[in-house]
Amino acid sequence: MLDYPLIITTTYLISAALLVVGLKQMGSPATARRGNLLASAGLLSAVAITLLDRAILDFRTIAAGMVVGAAIGAMIARTVKMTAMPQMVAIFNGLGGGASALIAISEFLRFSNDRSIDMPLETSVTIMVGTLIGLVTLSGSFVAFGKLQEIVATRAVTFPLQKTISAALFIGIVAASVFLVVEGPELAPFLALVAMCLLLGILLVVPIGGADMPVVISLLNSYSGLAAAAAGFVLNNTILIVGGALVGAAGLILTQIMTRAMHRSLLNVVFGSFGAQASSSSDGGVRSRADVPDGNPEDVAIMLAYAQSVIVVPGYGLAVAQAQHQVRELASLLEARGVNVRYAIHPVAGRMPGHMNVLLAEADVPYDKLFDLDDINDDFERTDVVVVIGANDVTNPAARDAADSPIFAMPILNVDRARQIVVLKRSLSPGFAGIDNELFYRENTTMLFDDAKAGVGKLIAAVSEV
Amino acid sequence: MLEVTLLAAFYVFVLASFVGFEVITKVPPTLHTPLMSGANAISGITLIGALLIAGQAGGTVGTVLGFLAVVLGTINVVGGLMVTDRMLQMFRRRPDEPDQR
Repeated sequence: MLDYPLIITTTYLISAALLVVGLKQMGSPATARRGNLLASAGLLSAVAITLLDRAILDFRTIAAGMVVGAAIGAMIARTVKMTAMPQMVAIFNGLGGGASALIAISEFLRFSNDRSIDMPLETSVTIMVGTLIGLVTLSGSFVAFGKLQEIVATRAVTFPLQKTISAALFIGIVAASVFLVVEGPELAPFLALVAMCLLLGILLVVPIGGADMPVVISLLNSYSGLAAAAAGFVLNNTILIVGGALVGAAGLILTQIMTRAMHRSLLNVVFGSFGAQASSSSDGGVRSRADVPDGNPEDVAIMLAYAQSVIVVPGYGLAVAQAQHQVRELASLLEARGVNVRYAIHPVAGRMPGHMNVLLAEADVPYDKLFDLDDINDDFERTDVVVVIGANDVTNPAARDAADSPIFAMPILNVDRARQIVVLKRSLSPGFAGIDNELFYRENTTMLFDDAKAGVGKLIAAVSEV
Repeated sequence: MLEVTLLAAFYVFVLASFVGFEVITKVPPTLHTPLMSGANAISGITLIGALLIAGQAGGTVGTVLGFLAVVLGTINVVGGLMVTDRMLQMFRRRPDEPDQR
């Protein structure tokens, strides 16, 4: 006689170990791929062994659901563009949160339909927590997706009494939860709870501006893990709790790294509506394009071709223009001439942590050419030419020197300390922070006003001629 | 008795969180995007809960919710793992062959 519960629990233990070892191996580019495979093996074995559970009577629904889900998931994973990775992660976060919420909701309905079984206190509490986190993750992630895909306004959207309404909603959710826990599983207040949770998720993300998206995505990632852990508490399932806790921790760490890279607190990001305020207050400070001479690609090409060391600073403009392949081509040309080309990546370059690294990896840039802020910042003063492509705020010296600047004390790349600076940008328009960048007006700065892809293309042509 | 089960679950949660913090703090910034999509796939482990719910053969509403939960969880797991693998295979120390362009 096989002891199914024992087999299942033992397999869960092995799965948990595989997840931890897999994540550990994700810590180095050399072993990361194997780490992901180990984590996959852990997930697969946990899923497969769960099918032995004797509570499962109906396999048709499961089989149909898994076939549909796997087909959709595989299709998205194969076709998504690397530039669209933040949107995809946002959607997947939302789906995971949604699945966790559905589990809590189903458990609630089971108790609500059959009043002969009493709902134990801890079950009712965990159901409420699971519903809240899961649904907030779901609706919040979809708003984040809309902002990243630019379906809804990317700027911070604020309206009067916003915080008051969010606070009132939260109190309403707590009140409804307490009522349901005390009075038993009544359907009407539960539906009200579901609606309030979804609304809260929307209200929490709508006021956050485009520049803060790396923080929001990391935070929602953390929530999706916590939602899974909450579902684990509802069902008293250890592997769900372990997996959820690991993801919750991962998301929190990345959130912390992102807020530190912007020198802001998490509360300031979530409630500060940064983009909205800054843009309205400082539009007048930005100079017009006529004040700055448009540089000549041929002059820049000569500067680059005879340099010893060049650092490329890629920003979101590079990602939008999908110019990563052109940048790589330019770097190859320069390297063939003996120029040392490196890349300096600011932690919040792009729209999610590490986004720029993936884009450059896609263009076959070896990862040992990519340098983190701390590792390269002292080298700028010994660098002949810095090429800034589609980046703005992360190079603004005001963050270091001007105590009254809204971005003061944000860690920046010390681009201004290089001998020559080339900035490739479509216009002088301010970045996400909505402030002017003094770097653009320096003596040793050459501005090339162009789209990242077209501009780098002109540089490639000009360097080939040198 | 039941409180002990819940407490044991909290033990697991707290200890797993610490392990998560320790392991993930060491991941370099270069790998943050794959880490995030990989972690995201792991949060799809909630699929296991979805399987238990969907398999209980309750009423129509229960079946529909269970089916949806399984679909969402599977998208999360399969999509997340595949896209992470797609990204990670692009990370190379040096190009395998000289640039032909």
